[in-house]
Amino acid sequence: MIEVLPGNIIRFIVLVFIQVFILNNIQFMGQVNPYMYVLFILLLPFETPKWFLLVAAFTLGFSVDLFSGTPGLHSSATVLMAFMRPFVLNHFAPRDGYEPGTFPRAHYYGFLWFSKYASILIVIHHLALFYLEVFHFHNFFFTLWRALLSSAFSIILVILSQFFIYRR
Amino acid sequence: MQNLIRFILKYHFILLFVLIQSLSLTLMFQHNYYQKSLAVNTVRNIKGYINGRIFSFREYLKLRELNEKLLNENYQLRNQLMNSYLSVVAEPFSEFDSVYSKQYSYIAAKIVSNSVNKQLNYITIDKGGIHGVEPEMGIVSSEGIVGIVKGVSNHYSTVIPVININLRISARIKDSGYFGSLFWDGKNPVRASLVDIPHHAKMNTGDKVITSGYSAIFPEGIKIGTITGYEIYGGNFYNATVELSTDFRNLSHVYVIKNHFREEQIELENTIQHD
Repeated sequence: MIEVLPGNIIRFIVLVFIQVFILNNIQFMGQVNPYMYVLFILLLPFETPKWFLLVAAFTLGFSVDLFSGTPGLHSSATVLMAFMRPFVLNHFAPRDGYEPGTFPRAHYYGFLWFSKYASILIVIHHLALFYLEVFHFHNFFFTLWRALLSSAFSIILVILSQFFIYRR
Repeated sequence: MQNLIRFILKYHFILLFVLIQSLSLTLMFQHNYYQKSLAVNTVRNIKGYINGRIFSFREYLKLRELNEKLLNENYQLRNQLMNSYLSVVAEPFSEFDSVYSKQYSYIAAKIVSNSVNKQLNYITIDKGGIHGVEPEMGIVSSEGIVGIVKGVSNHYSTVIPVININLRISARIKDSGYFGSLFWDGKNPVRASLVDIPHHAKMNTGDKVITSGYSAIFPEGIKIGTITGYEIYGGNFYNATVELSTDFRNLSHVYVIKNHFREEQIELENTIQHD
């Protein structure tokens, strides 16, 4: 558990930096804003204690919030996503469970597994985020469209990251 | 007691989730307190610095276009100068007349970060408290209205632009003089909606929309946009679409407006409310 800590801290900082200074400034098609920082939650080890998952999610969301001027918004969406993670992991578990010493990455469990796992959690996160942002349900389908469109881009970025950075 | 501890241990995941989620939602609803806190000011300074570096590079690439815009504005301002007019009356109008007291000052600022693709868009500018910027000051560009200052740190300020679903601005139709309220519907950074104009007012597409000057934030007559379409809703009011004159996707230099009589106006208005 301890030996994966430095790597995770660096990943945390790098992802927040990329999110705040690069992805938040992308103005593509007027509606799309990918939120790739959730990759941090996706890649935490299987054995991460559940309470730590929530605390880490709050810290991550709050850091992004601080830089975006939207207190509580990203925190709330990210905490919801972290709450759902154990259930999603259980649902997609192989017959014998996850082997010790492996991580939730494409490298260990294949791209199909990783895509399904990442997509579900990212869509949950984005739906929560976009509906909390507008905070009402009129324009329901417009918000849905924006959430799904941005989810698609986030999923592409997250899966690409598996190809380029975590290839080994 | 033992049962309670056992209960908490058993359901700690859900309990902690509810706790943290309520904390997040509370933070969301106390947005205004948050804007003033120290941590936010520090982060705003860091963010302003880094974004300023990125923006100054992008600005370099846009120099030609910027020069053209400034040239155009200079040309318009020059046309308004007193010494480009020939006096036709015996006593020429004096600029420094004790009858007139200066009401609005302008502070030039550069944008260091900007977004147009969210519902709650914000702009950061490179002027802050030490330059005389205060919350609730108006921001305009050479093309028209931009927004209102929300939070201020020493060297930077955040601005709520017109394209933020939480901002409402008092607006007036230039020709007919009727006023209503302008807000952004969150869809397209080029268009906003103008509502509350009574249906007996005359309205045409192509009418100019300007600031009303009622709010003590903006001077009267600053360009907001042009009406491109309208419909009557609820039988009594117009719902008009306004094409904004400011292009938020391509904005780099703005002016902060300081109203020297704002406090006086607000004080007066407050005394009436207290009665």
